[in-house]
Amino acid sequence: MAMATVNNGVNVQALLDAREALKGAPEAAKFTWRASCKWETGTHSTAKVKGFFGLGQEQQHKTETTFSADHPEVFASEDKGITPIEYVLVGLASCLTAGVAAVAQNRGIQLRSVESKLEGKMDIRGILGIDSDVRNGYDDIKVTFKIDADAPKKDIEAIVAQSQKRSAVYDVITNPVNVTVEVI
Amino acid sequence: MLERGEVANSWRRERWESLRLLTPNWQTRLPGFHYQGPEPDGYMGMRELVAFISRYAADAAAPVRTQTTVTRLSRQDEGYHVATTQGDFHCRAVVLASGACNLPSVPVLSRAVPASVSSFSPFDYRAPDSLPPGGVLVVGASATGVQLADEIHRSGRPVTLSVGEHVRLPRTYRGRDVLWWMEHAGVWNQRWDEVDDLTRARRLPSPQLVGTKERATLDLNALTAAGVRLVGRLAAVRDGRALFSGGLRNQFALADLKMNRLLDTFDEWALTHADAADVAPPERFEPTRVPASSPLSLDFQKGEIRSILWATGFRPDYSWLALPVVDEKGHLRHEGGVVVDAPGVYALGLPLLRRRKSTFICGAEDDARDVIAHLASFLDARRR
Repeated sequence: MAMATVNNGVNVQALLDAREALKGAPEAAKFTWRASCKWETGTHSTAKVKGFFGLGQEQQHKTETTFSADHPEVFASEDKGITPIEYVLVGLASCLTAGVAAVAQNRGIQLRSVESKLEGKMDIRGILGIDSDVRNGYDDIKVTFKIDADAPKKDIEAIVAQSQKRSAVYDVITNPVNVTVEVI
Repeated sequence: MLERGEVANSWRRERWESLRLLTPNWQTRLPGFHYQGPEPDGYMGMRELVAFISRYAADAAAPVRTQTTVTRLSRQDEGYHVATTQGDFHCRAVVLASGACNLPSVPVLSRAVPASVSSFSPFDYRAPDSLPPGGVLVVGASATGVQLADEIHRSGRPVTLSVGEHVRLPRTYRGRDVLWWMEHAGVWNQRWDEVDDLTRARRLPSPQLVGTKERATLDLNALTAAGVRLVGRLAAVRDGRALFSGGLRNQFALADLKMNRLLDTFDEWALTHADAADVAPPERFEPTRVPASSPLSLDFQKGEIRSILWATGFRPDYSWLALPVVDEKGHLRHEGGVVVDAPGVYALGLPLLRRRKSTFICGAEDDARDVIAHLASFLDARRR
């Protein structure tokens, strides 16, 4: 079967095994992702990500990753990093792309390239408090995939649809989530 | 046979007035019994269906004890104790045929809806007049949701339809009822032990179908054309506002892809089967139209929405089973109708019990034959 020769670098078997194992162990399926952030100066801040919790215990990424965020010069900032709202696009793109690879692997479809462009539309009158009817964040996000794979277009569209259906970032963008912000 | 009310009780009392079956009359069959009227391609209304089932009961001379509600089923000696409102029984085997739709399944988030908005389930709804005047939010776009959204909108109450995962189907395909294809092309006969993801297949929402004289398709495009406003899945009710998912476009894409995949299997089947010799050429339908703008929230305080109809599915009521046979999600644990951990207990009429057609009237016969064969051999083994 074609399945055996397809390699998108995703260990689908491990994912399917995990799916089976976690069916009977809902507690182990509970993960907590973490980030910490420190103000530098102005609108510049540095966030770090290393540890998380899952499978019943503390886990660590292989290395700690540091992210700089700032605002661009057109906002009179020093542009020492991308804007926080751009990180949302990064998260969405990476999540959907990983999903495309995993779903394609599971469906026995070899990918040759997966590229996407993301556009988030935002009216900054919201964050500037000019018009209270304008929301702060994106009011429209568009993702355009260009995928080269051994499959007809409708199968590729099905992979992209399934990757949205199972995407954590897509879910958290399209559906509300409770957010608690506290000061200690 | 113990029946809590009269024969065809749920069809008599738990359905709205305009409801017609999804299956065409020729397909509404029971063992040795079928429609003989003048409209084989029509769809039975509730009155006709009640008469049909009542005739079947008389024809089959089934020993039905009406007005007998089972209040408790428990183990007793080598069999089961059945407590009812008309006295108790002891039996060695039991068939649970109470179905999958005993109670409306309304999401927990409904509790956060302000009291100024009245809530209805399909069990409370008889006709549009059941609802107050004004805007209606219909939650759920399966068969119930699309049918009621259409009917309510036509009554002059502007409908907003909240759409999550759904199953899109045309009423007719290549000149035949789509359920003709489901039956003939073998989809309905797919067995529970052959289906890839049984849990998901059993949770599949009912298809967007309606039975009308015109054999009209009632998909989301039809509702949009009728003026119904589509919004995403109802994700939360917070601070007096309904919040809808922004993922509507992908719900459409998924449903369109799945429908087209199904139509592909029909076309492929038709190439090699004489049954399909005289069907019309293949057709493909317009993709679901994405609304130019679709609100992500609605403020219940503003008065635009006066009532909510929860067309969010149904669930079985197993509260009377004093047996360890229901899982943590409220589903009966069974293998093709043979209930697990309760020898001699069987089920019929649950989603994909043994076949994809298990919950359709014409699906009862094959399932019953298989389940009863198992039951008979169980009783024989006991006797020896």
